[in-house]
Amino acid sequence: MSDHEYTPNSKFGKWFNDRLPLLTLSNHLSDYPTPKNLNYWWTFGGILTFCLIAQIITGIILAMHYVAQADLAFESVEHIMRDVNYGWLIRYFHANGSSMFFLAVYIHIFRSLYYGSHKSPREVIWIIGMIIYFLMMMTAFMGYVLPWGQMSFWAATVITNLFSAVPFIGEGITNWLWGGFAVDSPTLTRFYALHYLFPFLILGLVILHIWALHIPGNNNPIGIDIKSPSKDTVPFHPYIVVKDLFALLIFLIIFAFFVFYSPNLLGHPDNYIEANPMVTPNHIVPEWYLLPFYAILRSIPDKLFGVIAMFASIFVLVILPWLDTSKVRSAIFRPLYKQFYWFLVADVLILGYVGAMPAEGLYLLVARVATAYYFIHFLIILPVLGQKEKTLEVPLSLTDPVLGGSTNDSLMSEQKKN
Amino acid sequence: MKNILKSILIVLIFSLNSNYSNGSESSHKLLSPSWSFKGFFGKFDRASLQRGYQVYTEVCAACHSMKYLSYRNLVETGGPEFSVEQGKIIASQFEVTDGPNNDGEMFTRPARLSDKFVGPYANEQAATAANGGAYPPDMSVLVKAREGGADYIYSILMGYEDAPEGVSLDDGVYYNKYMSGNKIKMAQPLMDGAVTYMDGTQATEMQMAEDVATFLTWAAEPHLEARHKMGFRAIVYLIIITILVYFSMKKLWSRIETKV
Repeated sequence: MSDHEYTPNSKFGKWFNDRLPLLTLSNHLSDYPTPKNLNYWWTFGGILTFCLIAQIITGIILAMHYVAQADLAFESVEHIMRDVNYGWLIRYFHANGSSMFFLAVYIHIFRSLYYGSHKSPREVIWIIGMIIYFLMMMTAFMGYVLPWGQMSFWAATVITNLFSAVPFIGEGITNWLWGGFAVDSPTLTRFYALHYLFPFLILGLVILHIWALHIPGNNNPIGIDIKSPSKDTVPFHPYIVVKDLFALLIFLIIFAFFVFYSPNLLGHPDNYIEANPMVTPNHIVPEWYLLPFYAILRSIPDKLFGVIAMFASIFVLVILPWLDTSKVRSAIFRPLYKQFYWFLVADVLILGYVGAMPAEGLYLLVARVATAYYFIHFLIILPVLGQKEKTLEVPLSLTDPVLGGSTNDSLMSEQKKN
Repeated sequence: MKNILKSILIVLIFSLNSNYSNGSESSHKLLSPSWSFKGFFGKFDRASLQRGYQVYTEVCAACHSMKYLSYRNLVETGGPEFSVEQGKIIASQFEVTDGPNNDGEMFTRPARLSDKFVGPYANEQAATAANGGAYPPDMSVLVKAREGGADYIYSILMGYEDAPEGVSLDDGVYYNKYMSGNKIKMAQPLMDGAVTYMDGTQATEMQMAEDVATFLTWAAEPHLEARHKMGFRAIVYLIIITILVYFSMKKLWSRIETKV
């Protein structure tokens, strides 16, 4: 973006920068022109970066004390909680950190959906983001298995068993995943290895995500292209940095309430019972952030098609830039899309709710309707809406938002908020 | 328009259904005494913890182990805070197997502060066999392993009743208002005067239930006091720095005509 030539001031800086242009990079990052009308929904990128780094740091410390062996895992977690200096703090930070991470990522994703950040020319940013999201879910799932409580064990059993739905080779795949004929120590050990590896893959993808972002630059609430250079942007540092920091601090206050005052609220009590293959819990439920997908999985009566539907629900997100055919990005100028957007939000919340409930009776019916609506939204409503919807007039630049005197009150107030 | 109606319908079904499920909840609402360890500044009642340990060791420990605790925990800050001397005496009342010694023999010796709590049974199978097929769960993290936590423990202890008419109980099965399914294999453990408190407190059923639930909460969460203390400081610090950053941000952004 900042295409102007950068030359370091010091002689050494120049010498070094000619050999490895790190200073050029840092100059680019701090000067990066950012739309000045970004609202607080845009601060979650920075918050997510913080979450990832915090999870990696706390995770590495936990790894120094944790033992990934079925007979010792539960005990080693109790050792961390009781005997390791501030072990309780590190573990509660890490465990609640995953929930906060997902909270932030859901806000981040739904912000994209609202303002059309997934649309051209930002499809690659979006797809990388979806891969990150998918890896996050895998990482979180495997991390949940590590304390080797009842929910750990049975969640691992349920999820790995899904692969047995694959025709012909299903059983072979599950046995291969388990490293045996049931979830046991080998499964735990490999989950641990992968749980350690994946965050670094995510980190690499985050770098690509940001790199891809810096090619077209940020989307913004109005959703229009910003010509560069322009008076519609501010340099990333200090304007956006300080704003992100402010948002992060608010986020941390909420985070701290969980860590210090309700550290187990988001967990399941059964996970403080050591894993026991002979006793099945009454209801096996994943962590809250996976519940919508769990609901989709269980809403299909056939196991194989349930698994397909679950993966398809993520895949439709990957191809979303081509399903959402509207030329207008921001929902501000798409009155109908705005309504459907909120229906989708409600639909996903409903899916999450029924995912936590037993799959029977009315719950199952609601789950089926909500699953159907989820796919209808992406596969039918969005493509049709893009063609048919009458969008509002889009301004030409951020500084003069409305052109041609078609003053729209709701539009004006939207912009004021931003 | 059809889709809008459909969504409204979904929400309607959803809200009706959630009401329905709340109404049909079969289990009783848990008893909830006012615990001293709840809230921002929640701390354990030291005397209650010490009494709770007495109830645990004289009543519960006959069947329930507590394998993740060590005797030293009893003298550490934030816990019952017995004196080191008291702790040593408590530990020495238990026998542990140690060794091998220089002759290659295992031997028993009185427990030390560094030893883990000695359990009542050699293993889980022995515990299950001795209790009519129901394994008395380890109590180290029991409070965190049950929905309702300390309230649940307290309620179970206070929930023994004569079975209502029409409920038949097998031998060795008891009726408990708060147990899921109302059937429990543990006989009522606490009767008035089951222990004689050293501090002279009247050992009523309610008093003992409260004390032992407090003790078990500490056992499951030995750093609770440190956590509350640090949490308060952390949040105050965060609020102050948030305010500072807010004003810095306002100042910086005042150069730009856009509101932040």
